[in-house]
Amino acid sequence: MGRGGATAWVPDLANADCILIQGSNFAEAHPVAFRFVMQAKERGATIIHIDPRFTRTSALADIFAPIRSGTDIVFLGALVSWLIENKRYFHEYVSAYTNASFVVRQDFQDTDDLDGLFSGWDAASGSYDTTSWDFERDAQGQIVTDETFEHPRCVLNVLRRHYARYTPEMVENTCGIPVATFTHIAEILAANSGRERTTAFAYAVGWTQHSSGVQFVRCSALVQLLLGNIGRPGGGIMALRGHADIQGATDIATLYDLLPGYLPMPSALRTESTLAEYLASNQKKTGWWANMPKYVVSQLKAFYGKAATPENDFCFSYLPQLIGDHSMLPTTFAMKDGNVRGYFVIGQNPGASGQNAELVRSAMERLEWFVNIDSFENETSSFWNREGADPSTIATECFFLPAATVLEKEGTMTQTSRMLQWHDKALEPAGTSKTDLWYFYELGKRLKALYADSSDEKDRPILDMTWEYDDPDEPGEPGEPSARKVLQEINGYVTATGEQVASFADLKDDGSTASGVWIYTGVFPDATTNRARSRVGDDSTSLGWGWAWPANRRTLYNRASADPLGRPWSERKKYVWWDETKGEWTGVDVPDFPKTKAPDTPAIAGASGMDAHSGADPFIMLAQGRAQLFVPAGELKDAPIPAHYEPLQSPIHNALYAQEVNPMMRQWRRPDNRYNDSPHDYPYVLTTYRITEMSGIMTRYIPWLAELQPEAFCELDPELAVEKGIRNGEYMVISTALGEMEAKALVSGRMRPLRINGKRVHQIGIPYNYGRMGFARGDSPGELIALSMDPNVSIHESKSLTCNIRAGRRAPLATPDIEMAVPAQMRTTIGESVAHGAQ
Amino acid sequence: MATGFFTDTTLCIGCKACEVACKQWNELPSDGFSFTGDSYDNTVELSGTTWRHVAFVEQIAATPDGVEDRWLMSSDVCKHCENAGCLEACPTGAIIRNEFGSVYIQPDVCNGCGYCVVSCPFGVVDLIDSLGGTAKYSTANLQESRLDASKTALAHTGGVAGKCTLCYDRQTLGMVPACAKACPTDSIQFGDVATLRERAKERVTTLHARGETSAQLYGADDIGGGIGTLNAFFLLKDRPSVYNLPERPVLPSTRQPDGYAAAAVIAVGLAIAGWAIFRSA
Repeated sequence: MGRGGATAWVPDLANADCILIQGSNFAEAHPVAFRFVMQAKERGATIIHIDPRFTRTSALADIFAPIRSGTDIVFLGALVSWLIENKRYFHEYVSAYTNASFVVRQDFQDTDDLDGLFSGWDAASGSYDTTSWDFERDAQGQIVTDETFEHPRCVLNVLRRHYARYTPEMVENTCGIPVATFTHIAEILAANSGRERTTAFAYAVGWTQHSSGVQFVRCSALVQLLLGNIGRPGGGIMALRGHADIQGATDIATLYDLLPGYLPMPSALRTESTLAEYLASNQKKTGWWANMPKYVVSQLKAFYGKAATPENDFCFSYLPQLIGDHSMLPTTFAMKDGNVRGYFVIGQNPGASGQNAELVRSAMERLEWFVNIDSFENETSSFWNREGADPSTIATECFFLPAATVLEKEGTMTQTSRMLQWHDKALEPAGTSKTDLWYFYELGKRLKALYADSSDEKDRPILDMTWEYDDPDEPGEPGEPSARKVLQEINGYVTATGEQVASFADLKDDGSTASGVWIYTGVFPDATTNRARSRVGDDSTSLGWGWAWPANRRTLYNRASADPLGRPWSERKKYVWWDETKGEWTGVDVPDFPKTKAPDTPAIAGASGMDAHSGADPFIMLAQGRAQLFVPAGELKDAPIPAHYEPLQSPIHNALYAQEVNPMMRQWRRPDNRYNDSPHDYPYVLTTYRITEMSGIMTRYIPWLAELQPEAFCELDPELAVEKGIRNGEYMVISTALGEMEAKALVSGRMRPLRINGKRVHQIGIPYNYGRMGFARGDSPGELIALSMDPNVSIHESKSLTCNIRAGRRAPLATPDIEMAVPAQMRTTIGESVAHGAQ
Repeated sequence: MATGFFTDTTLCIGCKACEVACKQWNELPSDGFSFTGDSYDNTVELSGTTWRHVAFVEQIAATPDGVEDRWLMSSDVCKHCENAGCLEACPTGAIIRNEFGSVYIQPDVCNGCGYCVVSCPFGVVDLIDSLGGTAKYSTANLQESRLDASKTALAHTGGVAGKCTLCYDRQTLGMVPACAKACPTDSIQFGDVATLRERAKERVTTLHARGETSAQLYGADDIGGGIGTLNAFFLLKDRPSVYNLPERPVLPSTRQPDGYAAAAVIAVGLAIAGWAIFRSA
């Protein structure tokens, strides 16, 4: 669809006629946001929850369906098939707003042709040549379309064939959801979509933390687009973020392969040594992203100020370049193999809640130095002192810097609705604690001082970096940088005058504007207006409450809330529409469309930018302006259409294809990262989650929270408990090829065995919140999970695993074998070249 | 005007925000860290230091489609009875009915005799141990939570009875009680009791119309046993006993006539017996 954010906003869930929650324990993990689900329910909406466990969310839902963890694409794919075969999709929406009518190239081959692989697979490199995953073009280079949906290779018919074997019976035999339950849910979804009604989907890490995580979410987009629920009130796909500022963290780019504002990080794997080359390989010629040069140049001006000039490419060469996969998991292996010297851990606890936590902790023994900034000492910062370790043998120099808590600092957080909300400081930081902002500002200042006398060209990025966040007018700790000034720079300003820029439409590619994060432009539109501080609510869209990117739009792609002619699909679902008399888009939200571009504006063939889109193409960020049911070449590494693969560790064989697992998924087969390859030894499905009462180290030290869920526990069904001699409330051991953990057993009928292809499959669940420090403590499932990951976004697979269990307690941890032989060919270097697909 | 709580359990999501908000506002210590294995309930019951408690009741039929399964959640609290057993039993006058119609324990008047504990028909009131390092809660917990034990209300009042004050201090400032303020789904509603009762009755009608015929009020009307109405009443999805609430609570003092009569009968009986024995002797 085009943007890295939920298409909807949380309070709008109250306007839904049906809410499907899958891959999320909404009520437990997001209890405050769940109030809007309850409001929808009170207004008569049907709430559906699909999950391996019967949770507090299920308890509030109208329909609960238990599912075998990791099989969601079978369920969602079967919905796609059911909607197409029964002609229950929203025909006008699908034909106007998606690429359903685009004709796919003749040389594209699907998974049914190649038993689980798409065309272009290269076994030698373990990756796809995605050239054939594209559309047929005519002599003028225009995509061939068939609005009648009769062409056998139009996307809708490709989907129809692709999902033909994803039947209700396949759902029952693979997911464990009975045929009757599946068709009941399908009927409800279809009945609550269309002109008059809308259905919302909500998901969280229960969909993402899989070896095909991106494809799980993609498949939900297929269903919602076929139902015509994107861009409309009470519709959309709500990506529920797990922590308060997760959305902000990706917007401002803590991800290694992105610059702030979803600009790609320059890569040495492509030829991008100049700004022109970088733009040539990354800029889309049509659609909104044609504006990319303005955002890149403005960002470089924000980074490097006066030093950035047209003559020196605006200091583009200062930016680091990717030389491979620098994401967390491969870097952890590189650390373990002695190829990482230093490590900052801030607000994270990989030594407990990380996957293969012992790999993380033992890898840290190989560091020269380690810095932890946190409010509490935790399992990561105390790795040198952990059970079984010998501190006298560890040479890592460790620094623990006490961090101010959220109440002790000011600034913004960007929540799950893409909304920035400013919070003030309520208390002075305790003791010698400092804010994260102070630590980084100080680090920058000291680096600048350290290199002040250097004339070496390679030190210019540090010397030229703009780094002026002092504000003598603001009261506060001496040396405390101004969070307001940071936000003002993120928003952007005119370089000549220093005046704030009001909108990203005003950003320029000539160096006359600077902006740290283009999508945030508008949050601080003039010298005194901080819209993140605004708290004006109303009974509608509350556009005066906080500020949401982009341009304070609450529902993304809301052009689709009107029909192709610009009229609301129905009076009941009126949201944004074309005002004929004024000649502009209007409504209760900020239109996500050029304001005066009429619905009947034709697309101009061969034009660039927005002129290439018609007045009826709502998905403005995409090259063709249409939502991508079929994702063309170059955007995803593993599939243009989601296909079901079993989790890497599964007791069940893939019922659809000979290709068992995602062929592009990343695995590390090493002695310190052992997988459960034998389902016979590890027959039970293991899933992980968090609970309401606990977050992690910051709650385990709070007695009021610790008493509510005081010890690590494992949920299992009564039948399995009897079979294994495990008693409720007593200790049990959970084991994998990687390791063991113990927990108290919580035996409950809320966990239920499933029948999968005639085989009894038991699922157990362990919360992620615990560690060995704090009042509430216990082992973490991080001790059990070997690292593996999705090929697109480097997310680990930690929701669908296998294990064995027994009654009793685990043995005390032995001294970790840090010298455990890892053969040379298995070792990893920093930024190792990416075997699976070029960057 | 009497104020109170309408706890609508059909809206409860079991998040326990009420328990935490209550403890934080009232600076109550934790009750210890032990896993019960009783669903998601690890605080077990109301106590002198737990003034809101969320009960979890699993009713799992385990049918394949899960339609029959229920996981009931309900936040329990002091009922602030119209005729309160604790208030009647209190010999020092520590327990009073305040200007908000709430049953309130004045900690500086309480002498810790414990009569109120056995006189509560709902098992709400409990004695708070002194802060001297009992197993139930320790000063270590308080220190760890960055609370200064010397400043908490309880520091001066160990060995007294404790229960929900209906956030008397907040009410005097015009603020909503902490639990109701924290509840994300309006399962706990605070306000004028008469208004809340009206709202609750409408709500039951709505639920019955939706087919949820087991929905019932607890304590909105006279609950019997001499207790009268409850200023903190509940809307339940099942019988009260399912939530560990008494089906037929009785005010202890209503048993006094019976008790006196029984004593009189026994006295007469003993007199006759004594007379008979002495006579035969």
